[in-house]
Amino acid sequence: MGDRMAKKDLIGGSLWEQYSNKVAERMNSPRFMGEISEEEANSRGMKLVIADWGAEACGDAVRLYWLIDPKTQRIVDARFKSFGCGTAIASSDVMAELCIGKTVDEAVKITNIDVEHALRDEPDKAAIPPQKMHCSVMAYDVIKKAASLYKGVDISAIEEEEIVCECARVSLKTIQDVIRINDLKTVEEITQYTKAGAFCKSCIRPGGHEKRKHYLVDILRDTREKMQMEALKKQQTPLQDFHSMTLIQKHRAIEKVLDEKVRKALFRDGGSMEVVDMKESDGRISVYVQYAGSCAGCASATTGTLSFISEVLKQELDEAIDVYPV
Amino acid sequence: MERIYLDNNATTIVDPLVKDAMEPFFCKMYGNPNSLHSFGTEVHPYMRIAMDRLYAGIEASDDDDIIINSCACEGNNTVIQGVYFDMLRGGGKRDTVATSQVEHPSVMKTFEFLESLGVHVVYLPVNADGIITPDVLKENIDPERTAFVSIMWANNETGLINPVKDIAAYCREHGILFHTDAVQAVGKIPVSVKDVQPDFLTFSAHKFHGPKGIGGLYIRKGVNIPPLIHGGEQMGGKRAGTLNTPYIIGMGLAMELAVKNLPFEATEVRRLRDLLEDRIAAIPGTQVIGKRELRTPNTILVSFEGIEGEAMIWDLNKQGVAASTGSACSSESLEPNPALVAMGMKDDLAHTGVRFSLSRFTTEEEIDRAALCIQKAVERLTAISTHGR
Repeated sequence: MGDRMAKKDLIGGSLWEQYSNKVAERMNSPRFMGEISEEEANSRGMKLVIADWGAEACGDAVRLYWLIDPKTQRIVDARFKSFGCGTAIASSDVMAELCIGKTVDEAVKITNIDVEHALRDEPDKAAIPPQKMHCSVMAYDVIKKAASLYKGVDISAIEEEEIVCECARVSLKTIQDVIRINDLKTVEEITQYTKAGAFCKSCIRPGGHEKRKHYLVDILRDTREKMQMEALKKQQTPLQDFHSMTLIQKHRAIEKVLDEKVRKALFRDGGSMEVVDMKESDGRISVYVQYAGSCAGCASATTGTLSFISEVLKQELDEAIDVYPV
Repeated sequence: MERIYLDNNATTIVDPLVKDAMEPFFCKMYGNPNSLHSFGTEVHPYMRIAMDRLYAGIEASDDDDIIINSCACEGNNTVIQGVYFDMLRGGGKRDTVATSQVEHPSVMKTFEFLESLGVHVVYLPVNADGIITPDVLKENIDPERTAFVSIMWANNETGLINPVKDIAAYCREHGILFHTDAVQAVGKIPVSVKDVQPDFLTFSAHKFHGPKGIGGLYIRKGVNIPPLIHGGEQMGGKRAGTLNTPYIIGMGLAMELAVKNLPFEATEVRRLRDLLEDRIAAIPGTQVIGKRELRTPNTILVSFEGIEGEAMIWDLNKQGVAASTGSACSSESLEPNPALVAMGMKDDLAHTGVRFSLSRFTTEEEIDRAALCIQKAVERLTAISTHGR
């Protein structure tokens, strides 16, 4: 959607200038504005669906009328009413037009992006500025509502995937995947890759234009946390590979075993120990340890405790480990 | 099509007399007033007249400062940030500052900035009339710990006038510095610092038929804050930057004319405003915000039930009528107008508010035509609306 250069952004008030001529035309004379009555539907032998979406308190409300041929499930006529700004009215008008002639199942596939494209004057130039994309989303939601009413199912049955950014129609899974595959670290990167958050910005973080179930900041944090955990696990699991680890990885593995199996035991007796050095030669690993606390002066530290530490490390990691006191 | 301008709270036409007064200082007397040569000194008499007009306009004493700056946004920032810098330097026991929930962004955002730096900021709610009174202050702040209060004189959206004299007296009594953003008051109602006695007051020329990009910051004698813009010796070292000679001269005359026209504002502008308001009120489903007697004489904020604000100004604009809206969809940001929300408006009202603001250049013929345009827009958009099925 049109690049937003700094120079272009410095002087405001260009909102209406960014509307396409089609948006202005539809706003000025909507073609499918109006109502369809029950009598009319009955007299034509059609089924009438009236769907409401949004609320005036939220600044946007739209009502969609569908006249459906029960034999073919085809929408033979559509009308709308709208409490909303110019974009909302123009989008609703195009949306109603796009519904006509389609079956209910086909109509459900119409998205706000289709509506926006239909409002373009030129194929490559956005019909509305990014922050107004939000106002076209209603047009999509109300179709789902109408379809759910017609089919007598819950609206959640119509939506196939969990959408995070309504404006750009980006799903939760897409966002999680793009973070993983491209190792994304910022919300700006997510927006660059997917367009999610590029329009009304509500989905970026709480406190925007409208409340959302998912926010990009949370998805990014959670996904990265998960990635980190997985990376850690990967590092930790192959104990049998101890031999092929680098010295640092070996040190980490030893520290982990010492934490889990040795230090706890020593701590009960008021003692402690630490690794002060490690050497590797001829396929054997020498671990130099120093005692602290009650172990430091304990007579058995050089005998019983030492062999205990040595046994644990050999058992848990590698037979080739030798432990020496310092 | 003759267009009709009813957005005078956003900005005003420059009075042709003001434009003429500025003219010689672009190509004839263009010297820098701080220069010692004749090019610089020849503008001094005109500058002195301009300053005299500004001082007289708000009844400031010669011992007070009126710092000329670029606009009220700058003035508001200078005061609020300056007070904060002083708090940092002073280290006194007063650690709280307060403002209202309905301030202009130049005040609101600056307080939010201070808050982000760790200052305790109280955002005062308006009362049932939509205004801030000393009672609101008493209920919400600890006067012992409050260093500074900033309350606008008149609200830009509603035109509602706050009792700044009483608020100033309350602050003075408790040793609290008081600032008022008088941008929407100057030129519409009498503004006297002698009467109200604030510590700081800010105004902007383009709201009273002066040029854009020039304004003033009044600072009472004996009150000191550091400058926002450091540099040269201009404005006694309190605001650096080469003096904008033609604009200062223009603002001076604009102030004099604005004050001279106050009786006209109070009678004729008010009459036309009331005329328009009555015509609008006669349309079913409209609600004007704020009691008439509490508002500046030029402003109407009205909600058209079931009609989104941007759609309304779109239709009005098509007919050549310029109005404005604080509704979410009209501005570049989609945030609902916090001022309207703070005034306790129902949420849908915050999306339907449209502001009409007149000036002394508005004519009765324009009001008559605007009323018809409003009627027409309401009829068309009501037919489209989901409201009232």
